Amino acid sequence: MIEARGLSKRYGDKLAVNDLSFTVRPGRVTGFLGPNGAGKTTTMRLILGLDRPTAGSVTVNGRPFAELYSAMREVGALLDAKAVHGGRSAYKHLLCLAQTNGIPRSRVDEVIGIVGLEDVAGKRSGGFSLGMSQRLGIAAALLGDPDVLMFDEPVNGLDPEGIRWIRLLMRSLAAEGRTVFVSSHLMSEMENTADHLIVIGRGELITDCPMAEFIGGATAQAVVVTTPDGRMLTDAVAAAGGTVERDETGELTVRGLSAERVGELALAHGILLHYLAPATVSLEEAFMELTADSIEYHAKTEARS
Amino acid sequence: MTTVTIPAIPARTRAVPPALRRPGLPGALRSELTKILSVRSTYWTLLALALVSIGWSVLYCEGTVSHSAGRAAVNAAFASLMGQVALGELVIVVLGALVITSEYSTGMIRTSLAVVPRRGVLYAAKAMAFAAVAFTVSLVTSFVDFFVGQSILASKHLSITLAQPGVLRAVLLSAAMVTVFGLLAYGTGALIRHTAGAITSILGVIFLIPLLAQALPPPWYQDLVRWLPGGRALSPIASSASSVSPNLFSAWGEFAAFSSYAVVLFALGAWIFIRHDA
Repeated sequence: MIEARGLSKRYGDKLAVNDLSFTVRPGRVTGFLGPNGAGKTTTMRLILGLDRPTAGSVTVNGRPFAELYSAMREVGALLDAKAVHGGRSAYKHLLCLAQTNGIPRSRVDEVIGIVGLEDVAGKRSGGFSLGMSQRLGIAAALLGDPDVLMFDEPVNGLDPEGIRWIRLLMRSLAAEGRTVFVSSHLMSEMENTADHLIVIGRGELITDCPMAEFIGGATAQAVVVTTPDGRMLTDAVAAAGGTVERDETGELTVRGLSAERVGELALAHGILLHYLAPATVSLEEAFMELTADSIEYHAKTEARS
Repeated sequence: MTTVTIPAIPARTRAVPPALRRPGLPGALRSELTKILSVRSTYWTLLALALVSIGWSVLYCEGTVSHSAGRAAVNAAFASLMGQVALGELVIVVLGALVITSEYSTGMIRTSLAVVPRRGVLYAAKAMAFAAVAFTVSLVTSFVDFFVGQSILASKHLSITLAQPGVLRAVLLSAAMVTVFGLLAYGTGALIRHTAGAITSILGVIFLIPLLAQALPPPWYQDLVRWLPGGRALSPIASSASSVSPNLFSAWGEFAAFSSYAVVLFALGAWIFIRHDA
């Protein structure tokens, strides 16, 4: 369990995290979403006590991180896969971490097996691909068999096979009753993984809701219709409490009514329909829409439009 | 009577034995020894230390032999240990700074603090591991310096033995000075968090100040010299202070004056390490 209360962090005159309050619960995967620069990494650094909050507090299992009894047995974190000394072998890297918390060598071999790095364990980690580095970082996070796991953008640089592996790993860790907190700037990565979402933008909380609720909201009724009798349909829809938007091609987008209801209305009013389909808004679009106002750095072309 | 039923939590087999004591300095020290002994830069730096230290001692003793104006004018302990203090200190600066700045340059510090959140423990453990390795190697080097140097001096019957007064002390203190200087670099590294910046600062400030001080009027310099670090505090490696310069403290006094710089920088480094965002 991770609890943030009024958490704020200011770097110079930039407010990276602003009055953030949330709870990450055990037994499920919590996706931590936000555009680049939204403050996800800063929040994770605050959780780990790497940075001191400007205001507010954050606890892990009820205690500030630095006061945990055995940090590795309670929290495993992967912040940056390349945050290792490249001159040290993967095995020695994991060994030096294990030794700090009195974790036996046998566990080092075990986690190397779990992430599948047996063949390169003796090699210097500086030569690792990003995918191998991610696996090494995950091995380090698993060393203490912790109750709380935190991954910052874990699928960055992984091939589809690796992405699938991480998904399954996170799901099984959560199924074992652990708290799994994973950040991403891509909604698509969370779709099949997270049970719960915490969305932030510009350091502020935007949404904190179950995945199902987010999906429900995202696919909120929109129906695409083409018809030669646009005016009649618009009136009928308006009378039934919906709204209609018409684009330059003449395609109508109906909101507030289901596709079935639009079909019934058309039949009742004798309106010919050429096309009728529920519009599926992808989660990615919903997420973009949600965070559109909070994106820190727009591309130039976007800014002009 | 009421029975309280606790909802069953699915039991997870623990892959790691529980911590019997709160992890602290012993574990962190083991970890730091593993760290320092598992990167090549440690071995290269220590090899360089041994080579320049021994090499300089050989040259210094050969020079002493060829220019000797008689036994009374020769400080045999000093001659053989000169390489350690003049050049060994220069080299150990690199390792002392590197053990801590490399944590920042590689990003490893984030991982290290995520497993040892108590920063004072991490700072102390890292310093102790470095000091142990640095002292071990420089002690061996000091003895090699001494024996190689004396074997050269022996050709003109200028050599001394460890049994003579102050000689063993000089050998031990030369190794201790290298270690203390390494800790000064360690503190500076924690303060600056940048390898090149830390090394440059030490070489610039610590070695330049004594050079500049020589430009002072002689009486001032003579009062000041005993306080100067970096290759001027030479009485610890002589069998007697008066044999190097009348302006210096005794061996132990000079060692303490020299160490005070390291104490200050080590403490400043600790303060920054513990207080500042990583």
